Amino acid sequence: MTKDDCKKLVLDIIADIAPDEDLTNVKPDVRLRDQLQLDSMDFLDIVMELRKRHGIEVPEADYLQLASLDSCANYLTPKFNALSAKS
Amino acid sequence: MNSRSHYDVAIIGAGMSGLAAGIRLAHFGKRVCIFERHNTVGGLNSFYSIGGRKFDVGLHAMTNFVGPGVKGTPLGKLLRQLRITREEFALCEQKQSRIAFGPHGETSLRFTNDFGVLEGEVAAKFPAQIDGFRRLTALVRAYDNVSLDAPAVSAREQVRRHLTDPLLEQMLFCPLMYYGSASEHDMEFGQFVIMFKALFLEGFARPLDGVRVILRVLLDKYRAAGGERRMKCGVKHIVAHEGRAAALLLDNGEEISADHVLSSIGAPETARLVQSGHRLQPAPAPGRLSFVETITILDCPPAALGWGSDTIVFFNDSAKFDYACPADQVDPRSGVICLPNNFDYGPGLGLPEGIFRCTCLANYERWAHLPEETYRADKHRWYAALQHSAQRFLPKLPSTDAFTRATVTTDMFTPRTIAKFTGHLGGAIYGASEKNRPGRTDLANLYLCGTDQGFLGIVGAMLSGISMANFHILAKK
Repeated sequence: MTKDDCKKLVLDIIADIAPDEDLTNVKPDVRLRDQLQLDSMDFLDIVMELRKRHGIEVPEADYLQLASLDSCANYLTPKFNALSAKS
Repeated sequence: MNSRSHYDVAIIGAGMSGLAAGIRLAHFGKRVCIFERHNTVGGLNSFYSIGGRKFDVGLHAMTNFVGPGVKGTPLGKLLRQLRITREEFALCEQKQSRIAFGPHGETSLRFTNDFGVLEGEVAAKFPAQIDGFRRLTALVRAYDNVSLDAPAVSAREQVRRHLTDPLLEQMLFCPLMYYGSASEHDMEFGQFVIMFKALFLEGFARPLDGVRVILRVLLDKYRAAGGERRMKCGVKHIVAHEGRAAALLLDNGEEISADHVLSSIGAPETARLVQSGHRLQPAPAPGRLSFVETITILDCPPAALGWGSDTIVFFNDSAKFDYACPADQVDPRSGVICLPNNFDYGPGLGLPEGIFRCTCLANYERWAHLPEETYRADKHRWYAALQHSAQRFLPKLPSTDAFTRATVTTDMFTPRTIAKFTGHLGGAIYGASEKNRPGRTDLANLYLCGTDQGFLGIVGAMLSGISMANFHILAKK
């Protein structure tokens, strides 16, 4: 999986959690919170959807890694690749 | 031996909060079962059928309405968390509502889902108060009312720092109290803020078919997520062992267990279910505020009686407003009129019959123990008294018997009805006056959601279920 694939998966989750947000121009290097109306409940949902859909665990100490799309991709892509290497 | 059912989460009560919690938990893969004693869902916001006609109970109007694109409000959070679209709830906005004070409602404040209307009314009728009203509004907007452990402050004290006219103060408190206050005379300021936003800054709406639409959407989501539900199957006892809810004993004698138990039935009601060897902390006293409501079905829309397009009218026949348990069976001096026909359902759409609902404060003890015959006679008497009282605040009828002639059928519920069908002690619709925001109990895996957790209105009830499920169960490892 590439970092771009990973960003796409994160955006898919956000689209389902927050269908009322316009995601066409999300800047990958800007914090999601600063460009979208996402609160702590929504971030909890991103974490839980990652677990539910992809079996990815994000411990609470790492929630900050999900701040922007770029940081999501940096943090999650190795996890996705480790998971597919195992299976 | 160990053949009893085990769930990740057992939820007591299929009201708005229990269903909302169930949807969240089932969506994220928990094995959930909701146990409901009644044969219908909805709890305090439900419906019943008599003679093929469906009557809504509870919901006059859904508060917290905001249009599409308004973000960061309770309605938006609720829709996101439950993955519900705006189209599914199909909410239609109110036309206009009023707060009417004086023997015939001589002083009135009109409000709609546009806050500017109320602000304009205050400026026109209480010109000396408008600056204070704007300061109060700014304070409400900035107040953090989602905090789970804010200190309790008197709303009356806070409001009086900004408003000096007692009439305006009473007029603002009247609808906020009627639509959610579990405490008499005053509210906790955080609750005032929640209600001020829900009614005035946001607004009223409902689906054309009423509360049934909302319940159907919730049930469909719950079922689709894999949630189980057992109807006519209440929880008789919570068996406590070593500080945990070890098992639930059901009405039918069956015993089940769950890792977590979420109770939506109220704090004192939940405490009564707990059977344990050790002494638990005393539960809060049941609330004292209950209501009677009359429902009159008319053969024409209320507007045809000359009653205009008011959706909700909050009335009080003097400058002094008493929000308290009355000494008599009912206090007809103040109340709430709801005309469900007066929502904006869109061109060509509307309710098939006219509906006139009227709600007043009532005393549970004065209704609870009456012999059946007296109970019926008292209902009959108070039905007439409520119609008379409420109609003082509406335009005069074209003829004195116009209302009676238009009446197709009537129904009325009392605090006794509420206690019977919702299980709320004392018929206390808004629960105990003391709220438990964190929702924790003496038992480590038993939590409260719903009325006694302290979020108000049906949007609040659903958010309560959501936040307790998130906070105590989903956010934990």
